[in-house]
Amino acid sequence: MINYLANPNRFLNFIKPIEFSIGVFSFLFIFIGLYLSLINSPEDYQQGDTVRIMYIHVPFAWFASFLYFSISIASIFFLIWKHPFADIIARSIAPLGLIFSILTILTGSLWGKPMWGTWWVWDARLTSMLILCIFYFAYIGISNAFPRKIDGSKPAAILAIVGMVNLPIIKFSVDWWNTLHQPASIIRFDGPSINQEMLLPLIIMLLGFLFMSIFIILINIKTNLIYKKYQSEILKLG
Amino acid sequence: MNPKSQRLIILFFFLTLLGLSTFLVLKSLEDNIVYFYSPTDINEKILSNEIDLSKRIRIGGLVKENSILKEGKKISFKIHDGIDEILVIYNGILPDLFREEQGIVALGKIENKNFSAIEILAKHDENYMPKEVSDMLKKNGKWKGKLN
Repeated sequence: MINYLANPNRFLNFIKPIEFSIGVFSFLFIFIGLYLSLINSPEDYQQGDTVRIMYIHVPFAWFASFLYFSISIASIFFLIWKHPFADIIARSIAPLGLIFSILTILTGSLWGKPMWGTWWVWDARLTSMLILCIFYFAYIGISNAFPRKIDGSKPAAILAIVGMVNLPIIKFSVDWWNTLHQPASIIRFDGPSINQEMLLPLIIMLLGFLFMSIFIILINIKTNLIYKKYQSEILKLG
Repeated sequence: MNPKSQRLIILFFFLTLLGLSTFLVLKSLEDNIVYFYSPTDINEKILSNEIDLSKRIRIGGLVKENSILKEGKKISFKIHDGIDEILVIYNGILPDLFREEQGIVALGKIENKNFSAIEILAKHDENYMPKEVSDMLKKNGKWKGKLN
């Protein structure tokens, strides 16, 4: 399956019929998710209405980390099997991941001011998230640093793999060290510590973000493939 | 050996070394990475002289019940972690979430075995629930336990 789809043309044919429905799904899930989380979900017993920031903060944070993981996996495929399409996929994911990581920090700080009493602290969770954001910047910078884009692929892939060590640090920072950020509420050994009425809108938002990410990344992949074709045409013309 | 498996092995070694070195760095920087000390940590560190009393540090714990005293703008309360406790003296604005048995983090210095704070932040826990649920849990005496 992976081998079959690794060819750009077959890949484009494969996604053509499903692309539109992915877009529709992402719109539907985010629309319903936003309605549930902003209007039709209870206030928190301590946070009041401020809890509603969580319904976008958590998806931003999860997908910022997950998209980085996808970039690293694609980069491993690129470095070991030298497949150019893996590089295109990694490059297509990076801008979205960068935006997600920035929005994680922004929404978190909007929540932190009323709840903690501060916009920002240098605790392990917040700092490791900032480092993820910097890795995204570095990845995008390096992969576009050369006149021939392809020359930046290898150093950028190595950087992406180095940054992978940051991912478990983000996830477990709240367990390994004392942090101001609260520990995990959803993925934990003894089950979620978030009430079901609040968990449902969050899960719908997470699904919406999944479809939205796939949809935007597919558009980026197509753009990058067209750009690559265009560049090789220019080279042919000399 | 073909070049592909060679690259795979190099990558594997590289990742192992990277993980190991990150682990060692984080381990040795542990004291700088923790955002706050608990009252138990503090008392241990005072006993073993590991702490520089002239430096600002952060301590965190739960505000002890019936320990909040207000005199004008000055406020004092005890924070505990279930084992040890420490008296905190503070002169300033408290965050909204400040209340008994709430987790807080205070920045300041240790003076005469008390903690003189210049900034207090509220720590929110990982429990999210509507008000009705928390009221019901309190009524049934099941508060503190994990909610379902």
